[in-house]
Amino acid sequence: MADWIARIERLHTHRAAPWLGIALIVAALMVLPFALSSVGTAWVRITNLAILFALLSLGLNIVVGFAGLLDLGYIAFYAVGAYCYALLASPHFGLHLPFWAILPIGAAVACLFGVLLGAPTLKLRGDYLAIVTLGFGEIVRIFLNNLSQPVNITNGPQGVTLIDPIRIGAVDFNRTDDLLGLAFSGPIKYYYLLLVVLVVAIVINLRLQNSRLGRAWVAIREDEVAAQAMGINTRNVKLLAFAMGASFGGVAGGIFAATQGFISPESFVFVESIMVLSMVVLGGMGNVWGVILGAVLLSFVPEILRYTVEPAQKALFGRLLIEPEVIRMLLFGLALVLMMLYRPAGLWPSKLRKRELSKTDQD
Amino acid sequence: MRNIEKRFGGLTALDDVSLTIGHKEIYGLIGPNGAGKTTLFNVLTGLYVPDRGEYELAGVSLVGCKPHRVVERGIARTFQNIRLFGNMTALENVMVGRHVRTHAGVIGAILRTRRTREEEAAIRSRSRQLLDYVGIGQHADALSRNLSYGDQRRLEIARALATDPKLLALDEPAAGMNATETAQLRRLLVTIRDDGATILLIEHDVKLVMGLCDRVAVLDYGRKIAEGEPGQVQGNPEVIRAYLGGALP
Amino acid sequence: MDIFLQQLINGLTLGSVYAIVALGYTMVYGIVQLINFAHGEVVMVGAMVSLSVISALAGTVLPPMAIVLAGVLCAVPVCMAVGFAMERVAYRPLRGAPRLAPLITAIGISIILQQVAMIIWSRNPLGFPQIIANPVFEIGGATISAVQIAIILGSFLLMAGLTLLVFRTRLGIAMRATSENPQIAGLMGINVNRVISATFVIGAGLGAIAGVMVGTYYGIAHYTMGALLGMKAFSAAVLGGIGNLAGAMLGGVLLGVVEALGAGYIGEIMDLCHISGISDALAARCAQDGHFVLFGSNYQDVFAFLVLIAVLVFRPSGLLGERISDRA
Repeated sequence: MADWIARIERLHTHRAAPWLGIALIVAALMVLPFALSSVGTAWVRITNLAILFALLSLGLNIVVGFAGLLDLGYIAFYAVGAYCYALLASPHFGLHLPFWAILPIGAAVACLFGVLLGAPTLKLRGDYLAIVTLGFGEIVRIFLNNLSQPVNITNGPQGVTLIDPIRIGAVDFNRTDDLLGLAFSGPIKYYYLLLVVLVVAIVINLRLQNSRLGRAWVAIREDEVAAQAMGINTRNVKLLAFAMGASFGGVAGGIFAATQGFISPESFVFVESIMVLSMVVLGGMGNVWGVILGAVLLSFVPEILRYTVEPAQKALFGRLLIEPEVIRMLLFGLALVLMMLYRPAGLWPSKLRKRELSKTDQD
Repeated sequence: MRNIEKRFGGLTALDDVSLTIGHKEIYGLIGPNGAGKTTLFNVLTGLYVPDRGEYELAGVSLVGCKPHRVVERGIARTFQNIRLFGNMTALENVMVGRHVRTHAGVIGAILRTRRTREEEAAIRSRSRQLLDYVGIGQHADALSRNLSYGDQRRLEIARALATDPKLLALDEPAAGMNATETAQLRRLLVTIRDDGATILLIEHDVKLVMGLCDRVAVLDYGRKIAEGEPGQVQGNPEVIRAYLGGALP
Repeated sequence: MDIFLQQLINGLTLGSVYAIVALGYTMVYGIVQLINFAHGEVVMVGAMVSLSVISALAGTVLPPMAIVLAGVLCAVPVCMAVGFAMERVAYRPLRGAPRLAPLITAIGISIILQQVAMIIWSRNPLGFPQIIANPVFEIGGATISAVQIAIILGSFLLMAGLTLLVFRTRLGIAMRATSENPQIAGLMGINVNRVISATFVIGAGLGAIAGVMVGTYYGIAHYTMGALLGMKAFSAAVLGGIGNLAGAMLGGVLLGVVEALGAGYIGEIMDLCHISGISDALAARCAQDGHFVLFGSNYQDVFAFLVLIAVLVFRPSGLLGERISDRA
């Protein structure tokens, strides 16, 4: 791993190399869905989910990575975004708003929830805040589960079905279209859409990081009292981090609802919050590229395991001993523990942390 | 500051303390351990709310101001036990200090508007300037935690200066410094004063205070027992008693 | 049947269990300022181990009480071992690290314990074999079962025992000293590491017993049962004032009672048909169903969280005040 990072690092030192590298990556990302769909459409869907998780991780990264606020109920914002989309674009209420109208609504509502949660709780000590956010996540889920009575708002545990796919002009993301002799299936179209959203999210993350606000967040993470003494309105700035993170979750949730066509409270359990947190921690809190790496790894490795471990176990023992789902969960747990113990800065530490490491090497 | 009183439970940490600090003055605050110097400091900078009393800066009351508002009004501080943002570079630390005098918000940062870019450039150049000013410009890109002790103290001063303070409040800036560093610090403080800031200095190093300050106040058990020019205060019998039999040099 | 008294009894039973689990959280927090997130999982392991033992012995000639006792005697050391290992592996190396680091490992440990329990036992809820007759007594229009009495009495004995341990023994003095200031305690010749280990082990032991109690009370055990129980017990600890033993006990009992009474009455309180006069549509609906319940007892689990949030926001030091030194 370190070797691989070092090699990329060396590439960076070359003048022309970055552009060549970027061009190669872009080309690879463009071709990827077709390569994947030749293996199986399932892999395109898995990739799409991975990108969604990358989006979520980037949002949580603002909260946990930049501002140092541990949010254990982050998936609640994803749920809010998803339900916003589902309720405004499905036969459930007979509403069929276009996605470009709903996604901002979803982001705004999620943002509002973020502020509602953050305003009273952000003065709490870090570990208390973590537990309160966990409680908040559970409360949102319990409400989603029960708000079918007495007035049916969320349709309870059955969830909302027949959610509209995204449509842009005449392009319906549910159908397969032929273009330039290539078959663009639904998942492939969503892939490109998600990729665009991801790039936007990355740009936002990077720009926030290198801004007046980004510095204020890191300052709060480092020493809240000192940050206050430097004139930072810590409450507002923390609230802003919460709201930004929540909006990311809201947008991701909206797209999730559209790609799936069906959502239920089951998709927004506590474990999902932990999953996103694991991705952020594994990749490297505070580093945008690390976080994406974490999201991709933790999305794909379990799937790869599913396709390898299951047959391997059957071949070896004649039956399935440990289900892939369990391995996946164990992986998340181990990622959290091992990363904190042995590599707290993550697989791909942020520039700052790396500087810190190289400094100590010199000493 | 008038009639400040601060109690912790049954303990009165500050008892009816009044101070007036003149413009462009270096004002020293001394006193034995536990005399209430840092408490007074924390009241002044908004960390503690006084139980009684008022204080104002240039005619504007600061009572009940949150710490960040106090900075906005023009008081910046350093900490007795250095509190830098350890994992940020020296330059970034100072840039954080500019926060209160700049405005870019979320939208500006995301769209990277021309105004934001200009502001960002201004923050950067001003911060570099300040690092040079306190004499650690060569360490701009080092992580602040890796700086030497004396440089960390200077960096804290640069960070405080970045907020454009009218009053710079320093909590034991010379603590743990060697003689050379202290001499450098003294020169720096004089320069800062000459460039237009007022300085409030809490210090254990009586020699530094006496040599540097225009006026000095002495606190003991939360009360002000003396105030005046260093020479006068030095001879005050109550001060000598407070310092256990006049160990003043 | 008197609903109030009945819910009070149920609440007291549940609350005693919360209190025992809350003690585990509060002891650990008091001594290392760490939310032992995986403590709920220890309780689950306790329930699972005792279930295995009781099931295995169920058909034998042993008297039922002896079987249950055997279950407890097996669950306690297993949980103690888990608690000990947990502290060694996941928390001790991170002492002195930023606060959030051990919290994150704790979450990891919690997930690992759940999954391992699922592999060992089952994905499905397991039933406790009904080996003891559970006679039901009637008092004042409500009923109380022998198991409920046993749980309440057992809890009070445990709490009394723990209080004696903390305030009357050498280990207790060492624990209190360490909680005040580990550095100074170390200088005074206290083996701080051993004291912290002991705290985890005792907490885990209490958790094990709590696990047996919940298991026998509900007659069921599931690998996810620890999470919610843990959250509620933690809320109870915060409610009473974290780090404060008496607070954990009070908070636990109080939370149990509030939850039970809430579950018993909320449906009635939130039934909008009381005020059906305000709107014709509402009146029509009420005439049709008879009820129009805004929030029913299916929101029971929300109470604990709301209590937690309310306490943290309005009175973060809890009812009896927290006993942790402020050196963070």
